[in-house]
Amino acid sequence: MAIGAARRRACRTSGRGGRREVALKAKTVRIWSVVHTWSSLISTLFLLLLCVTGLPLIFHHEIDELLGYDPKPELAQPGAVKRSIDEIARTALAHDPGRVLQYILWDKDEPNTVIAFTNNKVDGDPDAATLRAYDAHTAKPLGSVGGGPMLIFLKLHVDMFAGQPGKLFLGAMGFLFLIAIVSGVVLYWPFTRRLSFGTLRDKSRRIAWFDWHNLLGAITIAWALVVGATGVINTLAEVMLNQWKATELADMVKPYAGKPPPVHLASLDATLEKARNAAPGMNVSFVAFPGTPFTSSHHFAVFMRGDTPLTSRLLKPVLLDGETGEVSDARDLPVYLKALLVSQPLHFGDYGGMPLKIIWALLDVMTIVVIGSGLYLWVVKRRKHHSHALAGQVSLQPSR
Amino acid sequence: MTAARKSRVSGNWRTVYGGPLLIGALSIAGLLSALLYEGPGRYFSWLALGAPVALTVWFFARRKRI
Repeated sequence: MAIGAARRRACRTSGRGGRREVALKAKTVRIWSVVHTWSSLISTLFLLLLCVTGLPLIFHHEIDELLGYDPKPELAQPGAVKRSIDEIARTALAHDPGRVLQYILWDKDEPNTVIAFTNNKVDGDPDAATLRAYDAHTAKPLGSVGGGPMLIFLKLHVDMFAGQPGKLFLGAMGFLFLIAIVSGVVLYWPFTRRLSFGTLRDKSRRIAWFDWHNLLGAITIAWALVVGATGVINTLAEVMLNQWKATELADMVKPYAGKPPPVHLASLDATLEKARNAAPGMNVSFVAFPGTPFTSSHHFAVFMRGDTPLTSRLLKPVLLDGETGEVSDARDLPVYLKALLVSQPLHFGDYGGMPLKIIWALLDVMTIVVIGSGLYLWVVKRRKHHSHALAGQVSLQPSR
Repeated sequence: MTAARKSRVSGNWRTVYGGPLLIGALSIAGLLSALLYEGPGRYFSWLALGAPVALTVWFFARRKRI
């Protein structure tokens, strides 16, 4: 409002004021231009890496299935009873002698499979974890989960094999992407105000790519902002988890301060049953064993989920005593962890069936074109700047 | 110069940002609908998020060769 009023006043003043306003506008455009150029240039290589590795990751599940890294349970006999989780846990430990269980997980779409995470320590390096699937009805091992070529794409996409620093670095690159988008929106006005939306000219290669950059950038903007922002939020997962452990979890396990960690763990079946009773209407997503990053050293944490697309992401932890299996506390997660959990599907695009995945992939390719054409336009502008040879070319200047 | 031509040349926020804003709002609605409503929300999300892709194809098909 105030800016609009000031501008109207400026228009009514003399020619000198008008000229000053034009100069001011040109300066503003120049500043935004510098912001847009450099926020994109610094992040270009990494954004291309993220977009290119992200493309196959959209179809992670399907590719794993195709390559045999997504073991399927045997067809259950009618009336077959599921084996006890304690038995599956024993089988998993026997399968990997000398290791300990970290988590047991139930895939929402695969209720007849139980996935066990083992590692050399309860708080061992996540990269050292082994994931194996077991048949819920027979306790038979079905094979390892999530290895193969997709794991390489995943590691490149998440942290470039550089651990937590790599992850945070990619988060910073994602933040630059958001800045590039916002500055692109501001620059869209001076650069396209004389063109109608969707103009595609082929006067020259440069103008053609300029038009594609503007069209694809403008048309994918909301999707790119959401996928970019949720990606940045995801890079902060460990930071948020540590915050939760230092505050809420620490508060929940206060009565256990000074006690030694449990020696004999409670029965898993009894523990899970008590967790289900503490969160009626919800199902178990996964159980974290005492001492793992998702719980305290005294407790099992059973993470419960609902059954709609949204509530299946909003996990609710129930803490149970590691030795007795009794419920010690159950609280909703804080807002920042809920935001993290809801942001995950919005980043992965895996919540609307195969058509949504295909659209996700097309929008990803369009974003690659925006990034590539942006880089091309910068190179051409720079070359022109150096040679001054392209006389007579229509210049891509902001119009007043 | 007609009024329509003049407004096109100078541009106003609606001609410049109107299209992208509409597509942006539709995209956000599509992103949320599949998350909040299982059946119909899913179908709507395909249409809403497919719109930018379809529109791009349309713009490409009717581009002027100059």
